Amino acid sequence: MKLPVTITINGRAYQREIEPRLLLVHFLRDMAGLTGTKIGCDTSQCGACTVLLDGVAMKSCTCLAAQADGASITTIEGLSADGQLAPIQEAFWAKHGLQCGFCTPGMVLATRALLETTPQPTPEQIRHALEGNMCRCTGYQNIVRSVQHAANMMGGRP
Amino acid sequence: MTVAVEPARVFGSGIRRREDPRLLTGTARYTDDIVLPGLAHAAILRSPHAHALIMRIDTSRARTAPGVLGVFTAADTDGILTPIPCCWLLPGSKLKTTPYHPLAKDAVQYVGDPVAVVVAESPYQAQDALELIDVEYEPLPAVVDPQKAAQQGAPALHAEAPDNVAFHWTVTGGDVDAAFKCADVIVRERIVQQRLIPNAMETRGAVAQFVPATGELTLWNTTQNPHIVRFVMSLVTGIPEDRLRVIAPEVGGGFGSKIAQIPGDFITVFCSMKLGRPVKWTETRTENYQSTTHGRDHVQEVELAATRDGRVTGLRCTVWAGMGGYLSTAAPGIPTILHGLMLSGPYTIPAVKEDVYGVYTNTTPVEAYRGAGRPEATFMLERMMDRLADEIGLDPVDVRRRNIIPPFQNGHDVITGLKYDSGNYEGALAKVLEHVSYDALRAEQKAARDKGRYIGIGVSLYVEICGLGPSQVAGAVGFQGGLWESAIVRFHPSGKVNVFIGASPHGQGEETTFAQIVADELGVAVTDVKVVHGDTDATPMGWGTYGSRTTAVGGAALAIATRKIKDKAKLLASHLLEAAVEDIDYSSGRFFVRGVPDRHKTIQDIALMANVAWNMPEGMEAGLEATSFYDPPNFTYPFGAHVAVVEVDPETGHVTLKRYVAVDDCGPQINPVIVEGQVHGGVVQGIGQALWEEAVYDDTGQLLTGSLADYAIPRADMLPDIEVLSTVTPSPHHPLGVKGIGEAGTIASTCTVYNAVIDALEPFKVQSVRMPLTPERVWRAIREGAERGAGAPPLDTLGAP
Ligand code: FES
Ligand code: FES
Repeated sequence: MKLPVTITINGRAYQREIEPRLLLVHFLRDMAGLTGTKIGCDTSQCGACTVLLDGVAMKSCTCLAAQADGASITTIEGLSADGQLAPIQEAFWAKHGLQCGFCTPGMVLATRALLETTPQPTPEQIRHALEGNMCRCTGYQNIVRSVQHAANMMGGRP
Repeated sequence: MTVAVEPARVFGSGIRRREDPRLLTGTARYTDDIVLPGLAHAAILRSPHAHALIMRIDTSRARTAPGVLGVFTAADTDGILTPIPCCWLLPGSKLKTTPYHPLAKDAVQYVGDPVAVVVAESPYQAQDALELIDVEYEPLPAVVDPQKAAQQGAPALHAEAPDNVAFHWTVTGGDVDAAFKCADVIVRERIVQQRLIPNAMETRGAVAQFVPATGELTLWNTTQNPHIVRFVMSLVTGIPEDRLRVIAPEVGGGFGSKIAQIPGDFITVFCSMKLGRPVKWTETRTENYQSTTHGRDHVQEVELAATRDGRVTGLRCTVWAGMGGYLSTAAPGIPTILHGLMLSGPYTIPAVKEDVYGVYTNTTPVEAYRGAGRPEATFMLERMMDRLADEIGLDPVDVRRRNIIPPFQNGHDVITGLKYDSGNYEGALAKVLEHVSYDALRAEQKAARDKGRYIGIGVSLYVEICGLGPSQVAGAVGFQGGLWESAIVRFHPSGKVNVFIGASPHGQGEETTFAQIVADELGVAVTDVKVVHGDTDATPMGWGTYGSRTTAVGGAALAIATRKIKDKAKLLASHLLEAAVEDIDYSSGRFFVRGVPDRHKTIQDIALMANVAWNMPEGMEAGLEATSFYDPPNFTYPFGAHVAVVEVDPETGHVTLKRYVAVDDCGPQINPVIVEGQVHGGVVQGIGQALWEEAVYDDTGQLLTGSLADYAIPRADMLPDIEVLSTVTPSPHHPLGVKGIGEAGTIASTCTVYNAVIDALEPFKVQSVRMPLTPERVWRAIREGAERGAGAPPLDTLGAP
């Protein structure tokens, strides 16, 4: 059985026929060809697959594509426009917030969600907000600096 | 008066990484992101038993499942794949290798040993069909603890090694028995370096495209060393090396877990060869825990002899190192060459002896994991230093100072036969102690203790061996490859530069730091240099990125190649400027006639003229390009001193890491921001071992920490900021003086944090707790200490259990 779904990703509608069991992360990567979203685990722990669903950060491996029918998704590919990095991306670059880059798309989107609700987070708030996003390279310290820098660049505005 | 301002030197500046924009925008391509026309998907059926005979495999139902293109078992690989070779054949160790088949043949040796593979049109279909394969096993008794596996009567894994001992290696120096006979003081400890799972955030995987018409294979692989993959893949598959192209695209971390060639790589290639279609295999994280190599897994019995005033006279130990079910690519060298030779660390120890037994156990094969052998050696030594201090009533810092090797700039022989390159251990120690105000910190600790708070301070020194080469040594210790690196530097007519390197960075940032080296040496803008790596068809041979060797060895190759270019450019400049070569000076990318700075050619002018070759001196070849193969004359020996401050809650056993300070010396830093990042990540991985991480098997060989839900890697909210400082002691033999920094943090931090926790528990007379130091283990140790009495605070002061 195939289900028709329409999912808007980064402002563009993708109409596809899918297996009901297809995970959203596989829809993004395999059906929409947007491989910026990563898969780091199979138990919803790592956060590499984090995207925004109707503006809210969520782990796209925990959601069926069918459940996202009609929803609007933002992935890492949707953050920068015309080759210009978004402030959060700029901040991660400036503060060496990434090494291998595998956790980075998820980190950046989790950061975006955090700054929406908490435009000037303290280091503790940042560490707490990102505890569901794992990074094995950076030890998190420069990620915290990056988030703070992003908050400053954005002048406390979400 | 005008003051000439020197342009800021790009070597040593913390410029942003050029790798980042593609990683930040989701446009970087990792192996699992590769899509090819006609791509099929493989899924591997793995043994649920730790040890069993395979009686029968029935794949008939799976073969007819929807979308299935092929189902294969070991029988299908006969005559096509050879067993996977072990590439570190330790001499003089009675090494017993055993056939390591990509797909298990008659028996399985660990949970996760591959048994069959399905290839289907989609990954979901491949997974579905796995369920339809029937395998009949006859389970056998299993053994997982390396010390127990080496005891008489333990279940044997392989006929070739009936006692499960894969090798027995020894290092000796001085008269250790005499040292123990005459010792005033002897301290002993049994240390378990628990097994760890590396957890690179990208799991392993491969995309293999075999073209039957040409016999050529292209393999995209999550690897730290594509040239070694090409070599070994060619040995196992018989595909000639010249028809075999290995690409390490973006690689999402390695930490040693992407050095070895694991069965899945060969199975994927085999499937593509059989089907004539490109095939992709990507581990799930749960599969990664079973199939990608693990690290550490030592049981160590250590004793240290000393005089009453704290001078160490001897160190003697026996180590049982778990190897897992088979010997992985480099596994035998890790608990031996990279461990035993570093036994005496930064101290003058006149006599050492170590026996290392590499032991087969029914577990996932063990390989390098960040630090690889050196954290296990550093831990041993630094633990015993604290034990000695405790025994003779000296401060841990004083004991270290009594044994520390004095500063040296150009070579120091140690008892295990190594020659350290340069070191100033006292300098690093003094710096870290000053930074933390050590005496005041001890006073604070005492004041807190009087109020019933348990603060602990850990101080460690380390020196590590890295920058692996020289190749001659590699050969002498049985490594079946070389350990040099290569670089090609090529000027294009427009003055832009490509650098091609054999090493294969995967997150460490050498695309940036290597461009900094070139810019510094040749006076071009750093943005005019692009570094190419990770494709065996595009780059010269190199042995890979591990052992903190990329900058230490590959960076040297690059520096030498740039200097060759400079030499040629100078000759061409002299020709074009019609001046004798002795009269040509160079400064910041310009060659000029001495005393007449206006008569000059820029390096870009020279690059153009060399490439168009209209006016070359007699006998000079066209082009401006140089290649260097650099085989180092010695290893490099970075070092440092770290301090950790912890607080233990006696009611719960919970450890809070309050402060961590690292002073590391990796020689001159090409990019201090990147160095700092390496230290952060390394330190946190070592803290993970001390406090949270362990791969736990039950007695039957089931992996209990089988997913990321059960294995505790550090998260953002578990850590304080790490304070990073450095000293600079150049390596005398390296063209840039640099030493390597990738593993330093991990080597030092586990023992530093561990010693801090034991220090906090001093009132309870606790001398050892098995790692990781979970609240339960610490809590129990406190209770047992309190029950033993001996001046410990009484139980009822500790709160309810
Ligand atoms: S892949 Fe979704 S949380 Fe790990
Ligand atoms: S940068 Fe490698 S996992 Fe975060």
